[in-house]
Amino acid sequence: MNAPIASTTAASSADVAIIGAGPAGGTAAVTLRSRGLSVTLVDEAPLPGGQVWRALPQTLKSGAADRSPDRIDGDKLRGALANSDVDWRGDRRVWSVMRDPQGFRIDALGPSGTETIRARSLIVASGTHERTVPFPGWTLPGVMGLAAATILLKSQHVLPGQRVVVAGAGPLLAAVAAGILKAGGEVAAVIDQNGALDWLGASGAMLSRPALAIRGAGWVRRIVGARTPVYRRHCVVAAQGETDLASITIAPVGANGAPRPEGRKDLTADSLVIGNGLVPGTEITRLLRAEHRFDRDLGGWCPVLDGGGRTTIEGLYVAGDGGGVLGVDAARAGGRHVGETVADDARAVANRSERRPTSRRRPRFGAAMAHLARLRPAHVASIPAETVICRCEDVTRAEIDRAIDEGADEVNQIKHFTRCGMGPCQGRFCGDIVAELLALRQAGADDETTIDRARARIGSWTARVPIRPVPLDSLIGDFDYADIPVPPPAPL
Amino acid sequence: MSESLRFSGGTSHEVTVHIDGEPMRCRLGETVASALIANRVRLLRHSPRDRRPRGAFCMMGVCQECVAWVDGAWRQTCQTSVVDGMAVELDRTP
Ligand SMILES: Cc1cc2nc3c(=O)[nH]c(=O)nc-3n(C[C@H](O)[C@@H](O)[C@H](O)COP(=O)(O)OP(=O)(O)OC[C@H]3O[C@@H](n4cnc5c(N)ncnc54)[C@H](O)[C@@H]3O)c2cc1C
Ligand code: FES
Repeated sequence: MNAPIASTTAASSADVAIIGAGPAGGTAAVTLRSRGLSVTLVDEAPLPGGQVWRALPQTLKSGAADRSPDRIDGDKLRGALANSDVDWRGDRRVWSVMRDPQGFRIDALGPSGTETIRARSLIVASGTHERTVPFPGWTLPGVMGLAAATILLKSQHVLPGQRVVVAGAGPLLAAVAAGILKAGGEVAAVIDQNGALDWLGASGAMLSRPALAIRGAGWVRRIVGARTPVYRRHCVVAAQGETDLASITIAPVGANGAPRPEGRKDLTADSLVIGNGLVPGTEITRLLRAEHRFDRDLGGWCPVLDGGGRTTIEGLYVAGDGGGVLGVDAARAGGRHVGETVADDARAVANRSERRPTSRRRPRFGAAMAHLARLRPAHVASIPAETVICRCEDVTRAEIDRAIDEGADEVNQIKHFTRCGMGPCQGRFCGDIVAELLALRQAGADDETTIDRARARIGSWTARVPIRPVPLDSLIGDFDYADIPVPPPAPL
Repeated sequence: MSESLRFSGGTSHEVTVHIDGEPMRCRLGETVASALIANRVRLLRHSPRDRRPRGAFCMMGVCQECVAWVDGAWRQTCQTSVVDGMAVELDRTP
């Protein structure tokens, strides 16, 4: 969003609006269009593709064509959308979603001002954001998310640093390390929270998707071929540096996922890319008060969905990783499936007939990968007291513990006691960790079953508009206050 | 741009962006945040409360750690593409 933002408002309407043009939303759009419904597809990125199929800007393309599966699949989707008459709205950031008598009202900020889209049905396909379990030094420049690194590599052709440590959990580890090596970069080490046995546990499911397993094996071959040190069952416990990352400390992890005190080791690196799984982006479904449930393996809080992607709100559907992290294949299949459901439902309404119930199995491959990247309560329990949990407001674990001591027994209370989660990221990065810390205290144990029960009770932040930060002046006309993209403080 | 962390061509579309008054060459299609990372500029601001050093973290427009003053407005530099002549001020106090 580079163009100066004028304060104009344009309005339009469609049978179906879709937020998010990744594998899920993009596929749903093509499916719905082929069933004859009018579709408006909104995304803040300039081109469709979402996270995994993110496009490389035309001007960054070099001679040799990129033949990676992600690029091929992404180009296929972009081609299908370009050849359809889906109303594509790229560069539009959705900041508010409301119900209205006709269905839904979506407000987005685009290059020429605010836009209002009305639709009878809404598919939320807004994907996920990354989770990083905090450690001292994780706020230093030079430390960045693992998923964030995929964006740099894929859509910018830039390495995150000269000598990169790749750390965390799940399949993105190998993908990013191999991506850096392929680009000619140096990977100082791969730090994997899981061990060979954990991966072996997932191997049955991996065999269910041979093509994906082979691709993973290719990444591993590249890492082994480069003689990159791989530390299995290890995690990063600290990062050091003055104003820039200089070194990191790693430690072996125990069976419960927490670092052990012995066996620590320092590594020098100017870049650390680290991620501990993905969290479904539920701000829109929470804002609309759909029901949610806590499922650790699927990334945490997920909207309650039936087999066709229907939420508990009439006309509101969810497709892709935003409904629970299951990966790209499930997102694409889900997009098609939810598209068909929405079209069937529209026809049922028109014919006043019964809606067809739909059912679907959870894909094994995606579920096994998500399980490897799940949050480990004992890992969160091990976070040292002085560690910053909320990056926006510099709230430390000690401050959160104090708020709990003082009687905060719900996440929104911790927010009011400490300002944790009140900053411009709207608690997306700290929410999961804060809730886990509270659950650990309330449960007095760190086994996943007990903690999950506590998490379900504790809930999550209340969602508020704007769901994405937008400059205030573009929303309220000529506003001459410094237009910092900060949402208004939440009322008690 | 040989010393940078960029790993593929695209040099035919060069533009110049001014970072705190200093010219920095970038490729059209890059975001301000990735052009800075490519040129090894990683300290983008200090956190408002404790003044701790910060750099881009999520690259997807969520964390706000990459916010800078771009052509007279606060912008998430990871979501802002470079434009020839753009003026970026890092670490400005709001
Ligand atoms: C940063 C990141 C990088 C990833 N990289 C990979 C990878 O390299 N390989 C892999 O296998 N998996 C990757 N994943 C996992 C990812 O979840 C994939 O499984 C897949 O992209 C999911 O598809 P999806 O359609 O459900 O959502 P996504 O592909 O995430 O698409 C969601 C889309 O919604 C848009 N959106 C969200 N909120 C708004 C809003 N308020 N307004 C407008 N638009 C909005 C986003 O811009 C995005 O394009 C990544 C995840 C993240 C967060
Ligand atoms: S790096 Fe997170 S918003 Fe830009």
